[in-house]
Amino acid sequence: MTITQHLDDSTLMSFAAGSLPGALAVVAAAHIAVCRRCRDEVAMMELVGGAILGDLPGAAMRGPLPAVPKIERRPSSAPPPAAAGEVPAPLASLVGDNLDALRWRWVSPGSWLRHVRIAGTGQMHLFKCASNVILPEHGHEGSELTLVLRGTLSDSTGLYRPGDICDLDESIEHAPVAGSDGCICVVAQDHRVRFRSLFVRLARPWHGM
Amino acid sequence: MADLLQRIAERADPAAFRELYEAYGPRVKAYMMRKGADAGTAEDLAQETLLTVWRKAALYAGDKGSMTTWVFAIARNLRIDRLRREVPWQELPEGRLAEASSEPLPDEAMTEKEQKERVQAALAELPPEQKEVVSLAYLEGFSHSEIAERLGLPLGTVKSRMRIAYQKIRQALESLE
Repeated sequence: MTITQHLDDSTLMSFAAGSLPGALAVVAAAHIAVCRRCRDEVAMMELVGGAILGDLPGAAMRGPLPAVPKIERRPSSAPPPAAAGEVPAPLASLVGDNLDALRWRWVSPGSWLRHVRIAGTGQMHLFKCASNVILPEHGHEGSELTLVLRGTLSDSTGLYRPGDICDLDESIEHAPVAGSDGCICVVAQDHRVRFRSLFVRLARPWHGM
Repeated sequence: MADLLQRIAERADPAAFRELYEAYGPRVKAYMMRKGADAGTAEDLAQETLLTVWRKAALYAGDKGSMTTWVFAIARNLRIDRLRREVPWQELPEGRLAEASSEPLPDEAMTEKEQKERVQAALAELPPEQKEVVSLAYLEGFSHSEIAERLGLPLGTVKSRMRIAYQKIRQALESLE
């Protein structure tokens, strides 16, 4: 997997700080899991967290020192694999690792949607588009992350292959088009727009350009 | 601090745990309180953080990262899971360990102490408006949108301040290569 489209620095910093809202954090983690470059950036931004924690005035501990448990000698869980097939591990825990086993809801000719239920802030959907189908043009009230899982997607900001992530905010309107093999992607937003109705309202059968 | 970790990892030395607890417990407690935990909950979470350090020290001891950074990462993950009620922190593959063939991180070329000093110096030199967004993200756990709302700024301004701060810190870590 050759990854050319990465997370924005401000998203990486927020991720490392632990302050990226839930839906965005999962999709960011899915990209980071397969992207060495962004993983190194996160490691660097964790140093900032260390420095800030180190400078924080402490709050005195009231209770007694806890008893320490016996340390297990065997190495515990190995780091998880970067990806289970097409679905990076952080996402696979929510949607499974087989894209062909998913159930989809038809929304317009050549496009299907699947809502992913998550705890916390924001929302997440999987999209499946047939070849050359245009996703509805939309602006954003907040941030949006789109991670390609299969096929390709392109818009005014570039071409996205599996593992590539499109990191946009409210300043950008885009109308991504699936490549000739179609596309499956996961999209997360940090704000609660009425995405379903919005999508249905905007979705037009622009199939087969 | 690295020797503390070794004493825990190699000898399960309870005295080393006490030192760790005294050095980091109050800071982690304060960190948890920043996200709205009451003193009792914050102390419980601080204890849990340091007991995780104790249990995982053997796994970590070979790495070259900073102890403080590691404590921060454990505390952050726990804070996400317990205080933000968000999707739990997603375990990531260990970049540096898993892919030995790739370029060393700039921070691997310098000692833990140097790294820490560089980051602290870079943070200290940030203009107040950049420092503010970094601090709100790391300490208060505010998202970009929450920071924008809090400061009455457009989202784009918050993000660009954060990007500039990031660039400066990265430059500080890379400058002696």
